[in-house]
Amino acid sequence: MGNKLLEVKELRTYFHTFKGVVKAVDGISFSLEEGEILGIVGESGSGKSVTSFSILKLIEEPGVVEAEEILFKGEDLFRKSEKDMMKVRGREISMIFQDPMTSLNPLYTIQQQIEEMLKLHGNFNEGQRKERCIELLRLVGIPNPEDRLKSYPHQFSGGMRQRVIIAIALAANPKLIIADEPTTALDVTIQAQILKLMKELVYNEGASLILITHDLAVVSQMADRIAVMYCGKIVEEGSTDDIIKNTAHPYTKGLLNSIPRLNKNLNRLEQIPGMVPNMFDLPRGCKFAPRCKYSKEKCLVEEPKNIIVGRGHRTACHFPLKEGYILD
Amino acid sequence: MIKLLEVKDLVQSFNLTSDFLDKLKLKNGRVTIESRVVNAVNGISFYINRGEVFSLVGESGCGKSTTARTIIKILEPKGGKILYKDRDITRLGPKEMLPLRKEIQMIFQDPYASLNPRQKVKDIIMEPMLFHRVAANKDEAYNKSIEILKKVGLRPEQANRYPHQFSGGQRQRIGIARALAVEPELIIADEPVSALDVSIQAQILNLLMDLKDEYGFSYLFIAHDLSVVRHISDRLGVMYLGCIVEKGSKEQIFSNPLHPYTRILLSSVPTIDEESITDSLELKGEIPSPIDLPSGCYFHKRCPFAKEICKKVVPQLKEIEDGHEAACHILLGEEGDRDNEKKGYTR
Amino acid sequence: MTTSAKSQQPKEKEDISIKERLNRIRSSEFIYNYKRNIPAIIGSIIIALALFVAIFGPLFAPQNPYDLTEIDLADAYKPPFWQEEGDSRFILGTDDQGRDILSGIIYGSRVSLFIGLTVMLMSCLIGTSLGLLSGYYGGKIDSLIMRIADIQLSFPSMLIALFIMSAFGRGVDKLLIALTLVGWVIFARTVRGETLSLKKKEFIEATKVIGLPNYKIIFKHVLPNVFTSVIVISTIKVGDFILTEATLSFLGVGVPITEPSLGLLVKNGFDVLFSGLWWVSVFPGLYIMMLVFGINLLGDFLRDELNPKLK
Repeated sequence: MGNKLLEVKELRTYFHTFKGVVKAVDGISFSLEEGEILGIVGESGSGKSVTSFSILKLIEEPGVVEAEEILFKGEDLFRKSEKDMMKVRGREISMIFQDPMTSLNPLYTIQQQIEEMLKLHGNFNEGQRKERCIELLRLVGIPNPEDRLKSYPHQFSGGMRQRVIIAIALAANPKLIIADEPTTALDVTIQAQILKLMKELVYNEGASLILITHDLAVVSQMADRIAVMYCGKIVEEGSTDDIIKNTAHPYTKGLLNSIPRLNKNLNRLEQIPGMVPNMFDLPRGCKFAPRCKYSKEKCLVEEPKNIIVGRGHRTACHFPLKEGYILD
Repeated sequence: MIKLLEVKDLVQSFNLTSDFLDKLKLKNGRVTIESRVVNAVNGISFYINRGEVFSLVGESGCGKSTTARTIIKILEPKGGKILYKDRDITRLGPKEMLPLRKEIQMIFQDPYASLNPRQKVKDIIMEPMLFHRVAANKDEAYNKSIEILKKVGLRPEQANRYPHQFSGGQRQRIGIARALAVEPELIIADEPVSALDVSIQAQILNLLMDLKDEYGFSYLFIAHDLSVVRHISDRLGVMYLGCIVEKGSKEQIFSNPLHPYTRILLSSVPTIDEESITDSLELKGEIPSPIDLPSGCYFHKRCPFAKEICKKVVPQLKEIEDGHEAACHILLGEEGDRDNEKKGYTR
Repeated sequence: MTTSAKSQQPKEKEDISIKERLNRIRSSEFIYNYKRNIPAIIGSIIIALALFVAIFGPLFAPQNPYDLTEIDLADAYKPPFWQEEGDSRFILGTDDQGRDILSGIIYGSRVSLFIGLTVMLMSCLIGTSLGLLSGYYGGKIDSLIMRIADIQLSFPSMLIALFIMSAFGRGVDKLLIALTLVGWVIFARTVRGETLSLKKKEFIEATKVIGLPNYKIIFKHVLPNVFTSVIVISTIKVGDFILTEATLSFLGVGVPITEPSLGLLVKNGFDVLFSGLWWVSVFPGLYIMMLVFGINLLGDFLRDELNPKLK
């Protein structure tokens, strides 16, 4: 495989609110190789979105980001100034957000919005910019791009808007694209179109992709590797195959079992009991212990360390569903 | 089997230009009167047997939620018939509907919008009880509401809290408790799990099924998620642009989809077990506007199999096998092939 | 509070819940933010002082300016006490009739605050009801009410009030009616807007599924949810009404001379303002300013805190 593009070490993002400290992201580490698609999966409140904002240092008061290192192409983003970060955002790392209805400015045409990105990151003259706009729109599968340049966002449907947003994200040839629930607001048929498009683009343009979603099925279709988050921690990380077939963490197992399947007839779904704990009042030991059917005394008091259960497959669990060894 | 609810050719539309001044339009130098109408539901028919789960599936804007709200008469139907226990309730006024309101209840999609933020949980559940005299007095209603809370998996001491103190899944449980309060027979569930996290979805789906087994409800289940529908329903109807394009039993539709739209919908669902998205049948374009409905088959512009006839003639629902109907000129599947042969079409 | 406290001891249950509620309020985010918002605290102190003065003022006012026996024409136009010809009896000086300015302000603020609060209550009542009707029922009622509101809004409210007052003459009662007539619109429009968005919420649909009659839906489910906005507007509008009243009185079409408000006091001294007798109108003017400033400080805080759209 290729070189490491992104390496996040011990990332912590805490929000200091009046009710107390919310440890939205609590000491997570992961890395991403060039050309790779990493899926980050988690339920609401797991800290998956905060992770992406933290990497780009887009966290605002009362949030505080801390990390040992956030290495991107060998440079430490965590120690970069705001001014240097501006050059990274959009050009090197771009983001695609969940809501296609609000991510575009309704007052500007599609061309203006793509050109804005081109002006910021790249030396193009006017003619080249227009050509690049058309090229990008064609790339994301918008029919008759020449005619659509002067259209406003409201003249596009939800799926088309998400395509435009992807075009903007691609405008400066970024090395890394972070997509935060890019298809959650879309219908299944449109979701299928967009996912297909994103996968093709990532391979053809040689970019890497971090796909953040709550939907394990979507991630399993798209990603090379998957990180499962729960309460601000990565509980399991590994190749897509390992996560789906050689599941090591009870939470991942629970998630997989609670998804209704199209091709299976089950009378009852297996469910994870209880609910995600209150972020102000997290359990002491393993965060998942109160809901875990395998939990023992140790889980309630001691926080689990990372255990290697396979090649490139680790989990944070005292009693993983697979044999492993602790690496320190 | 006894039919609990039957809907015949139900029509619902909304006039976007209800104000007279809005209707005036300047066209070619002349003032004309014109109104824009959203055709949300265009003549759909189905029935629900007692103790059965019938689902309406479709993408956003297909009219499935509008259908639900019309059946429960929050919206007045514009055409067609609604029969409940063989009684025509289409034109009943609010007073005559009252006894039926106790028998048909609804569970809503958004757990954050479906509970009054200024009402305590116990009041939310007691209100319909007291209004419909299911409980004789406040004490009885309170005790009953505690029982119901336990049934839906909440603790009795949570009765005195306000909705904002609960998580999404718990709120949905409160919404279910409110529907149970009046001991209904038919529950209309409008996307009850689509706003919830995956692990919570399973809890709520299981709860709905357990309650059905215990009380013998019938459900009209509205959803966009085919895997959820597959899990919960006995029979289902697939909706597109205000019409049912295919209906039948769960087995019939999932193992042998006849309509191209159903087939594409099925192949678009991401699954864990097999690669489906990258080699799925791709649907061209997006849903047309319900203001200007397409001619012929509403689906023809996006259909990969469309023929000349699809542009002109509106296809009618045909029964292809027992209880399995589809509205398409060019049907898919074995039964479809036989039917197409008769007509001389090839795919 | 546990299950043991069931229906057998309803009394105790109530007590605990009140205590619990107080505790909850004390530890709420609202109070937390309030304690850290200095303008809001200043605003509430000003308002509390002004209310105290208005209610209990006559008990400690140096003079009753309407009691002719207490007034001596010989004391006319005394400057504030720190000036050379000042009199320690009249801290802020006197006016042309020899009335103590401080006492005038104390008595005048009673009139001003009474008018401001009463108009607020009346506009709030009328505006909120019309807004609820308009938003909930829609259709013709809505068109009618909103067209009236539109027409009213297309004139400056001061003009309408001026017109009404000049047509009917001075008087506190007429002033109340005139100000209410211009004041209800903002309540009606805001409440209507909120009602419209609430009406689409699923919990209102749920009440219809239950079959509740409209009046119950409006009072039990819509009204409690528009209440915070109504409180915010009410606070901000009290300041507005006090100012409008002062302006009308200053123009001579407001309160009668027998019941002078702060605005009328300013007018009384205005003729002599530039002849060196500045204190007669400046002190009442300052008092109005301070009062309205305090109300606005608190109003801004409430608006930021209670308006869910800004959060």
